[in-house]
Amino acid sequence: MSILIDANTKVMTQGFTGAQGTFHASQGIAYGSNYVGGVTPGKGGTMHPELNLPVFNTVAECVAATGANASVIYVPAPFAADSILEAIDAEVPLIICITEGIPVLDMVKVKRALGSSKSRLVGPNCPGVITPDACKIGIMPGHIHRRGSVGIVSRSGTLTYEAVAQTTAAGLGQSSCVGIGGDPVKGMDFIDVLELFLKDPETESIIMIGEIGGQSEIQAAEFLKRENFGPGKRNLPVVGFIAGATAPPGRRMGHAGAVISGGKDTAEAKMAAMAEAGIMIADSPSSLGSTMVKALAR
Amino acid sequence: MNIHEYQGKEVLKRYGVAVLDGYVATTPEEAEAGAAKLPGPIYVVKSQIHAGGRGAGRFTNDPDGKGGVRLAKSVAEVKAEAGKMLGSTLVTKQTGPAGKQVNRLYIEAGCDIARELYLALLLDRDTSRIVIMASTEGGMEIEEVAEHHPEKILRVHVDPATGVFPYHGRELAFGLGLTGKQVGAFQKLVTALYTAYIDLDGAIIEINPVVVTKAGDVLALDAKVSFDDSALFRHKDLEALRDDTEMDPKELDAVNHDLNYVALDGEIGCMVNGAGLAMATMDIIKLYGSSPANFLDVGGTADAARVTEAFRIITSDTNVKGILVNIFGGIAKCDMIANGIVAASKNLDLKVPLVVRLEGTNVELGKKILAESGLAIIPADNLADAAQKAVAAVRNA
Repeated sequence: MSILIDANTKVMTQGFTGAQGTFHASQGIAYGSNYVGGVTPGKGGTMHPELNLPVFNTVAECVAATGANASVIYVPAPFAADSILEAIDAEVPLIICITEGIPVLDMVKVKRALGSSKSRLVGPNCPGVITPDACKIGIMPGHIHRRGSVGIVSRSGTLTYEAVAQTTAAGLGQSSCVGIGGDPVKGMDFIDVLELFLKDPETESIIMIGEIGGQSEIQAAEFLKRENFGPGKRNLPVVGFIAGATAPPGRRMGHAGAVISGGKDTAEAKMAAMAEAGIMIADSPSSLGSTMVKALAR
Repeated sequence: MNIHEYQGKEVLKRYGVAVLDGYVATTPEEAEAGAAKLPGPIYVVKSQIHAGGRGAGRFTNDPDGKGGVRLAKSVAEVKAEAGKMLGSTLVTKQTGPAGKQVNRLYIEAGCDIARELYLALLLDRDTSRIVIMASTEGGMEIEEVAEHHPEKILRVHVDPATGVFPYHGRELAFGLGLTGKQVGAFQKLVTALYTAYIDLDGAIIEINPVVVTKAGDVLALDAKVSFDDSALFRHKDLEALRDDTEMDPKELDAVNHDLNYVALDGEIGCMVNGAGLAMATMDIIKLYGSSPANFLDVGGTADAARVTEAFRIITSDTNVKGILVNIFGGIAKCDMIANGIVAASKNLDLKVPLVVRLEGTNVELGKKILAESGLAIIPADNLADAAQKAVAAVRNA
């Protein structure tokens, strides 16, 4: 088992024949994932020149012809909301948007459309989702992963790779890794992913990596306290880290969502709430793996 | 992107927001000429900087004097105050101790204030909707109201599918205790601000205070307006409102080269790929007893030119005593980054110690390029090792 994607997932790409879409689809295929085709409006009816997979004009056509049940989006930011909405309209069950820099108000509309839809969205501005040795959707380097027992959920791309490399080095490996992205308005949040990990028998522990800004780590900590820790619950060991302890208030740290604005969204406040819930906090981004080893021994 | 109060008012006026007449001035003479066009007998001279708390702020050359917003009772007084304020540095709660130089003033008509209210529009992350916040405590700092009197902040959320309706404004107006024709005027203000917010891709529109005059008019006495940087591509006309003098010169340089850079006050310059890892790198430098000079996310497409620009900006900060490069290559390939580092070190004749940690795609090739470059680069194996070596190098420098 795993969450969101596995060896049976049929992946399509939006922005298929562009440089990003082409490169990352080829990497996904090389990793052994089942990529079935994609969309580039205006190029429907042709074959992708490098990947030898069919190109369609619309998402609906692609889904009908290939049976795709996950779509990854590499469309440039000004047009990305349009692509997500098209995938929602075509009822693609899982939509993963890698694109960075989508206008906030575009995402406000997307979020509204998601609410009454049959789709789940991961991202935008995220590395994607991987289930090691089964399916890689996104821009993460496949070779650092190893199939195993740690579920990883993170707001940050490259910091996720740290957690992956460290849990691989510790011999634990990963069940699935989900990058939820650094934007203030996004699809799945920590709680949505944690809920899936708690139901996944292969996931035996969890690493969650947050950032300054917003309240979702605090809500996630309350969720875990209620749903994971305690008698009769799974009590999966959870390790947490929050990036941005040294970030000054009011300054946006790269991600649109990473800015301290209210006082309760600091790294300190989040780590305190997580520790209080029973999550073991890694004191440094280089001790994610070793902290997990400690948490498992406890 | 932040803009000045006077620009915000100009923009909002187009949407039907009622504001007082006023004129921008960059010299005492312009201030005098502007004031002469206003009816009097009261004038307000307002510093135009991208920071709040101007009224309570103080100038560095006159710490016991008046603040950044001053009343004047004659045109001559406007000119005199303008002479004192222009070119002086104003320190407010939001500027930091260094303050900001006042290069522009806004000369505004005075008015008879009956009530001061607070009104703001921004994204509510919990609901993923635009929230309109209002309070009876106008003129106060809203953070303090939120902390001590949260019940005094009213909120309505707008469904993006239907947009703003009159009831949103009415609900707030009645909640604030407005009566008679003030209710309609306030509702129109709310609708106008929401329309502007959506039209222009706002990030924050904050009117503090909204005033109800003794004559019963509802006016925006201040305007703090900022826009979503990611949406500026569809508002080319707004770019003209950007005031480069309000930005740190290094940050401006970085923006012009498409680099994500934030200047900080430490001694170790950082170049990292990915925002989260960049923040984590700052954190671990602090953990080992030093402090970061900057946040810099070089992005996923870091080539030699980009790395050179990044190094140039990092080293233009004279506080930088060492550089830490931390790359976990996904899309970014370590060999490409290594070539960039070698080229940049040679081009810029780098004088400070340089610690490089490479991991991920093509890492062996990248390490080989650095080792064979003949440069005094300190290699590191992991993030902790890199941070410790950078801190040690700075200590010994």
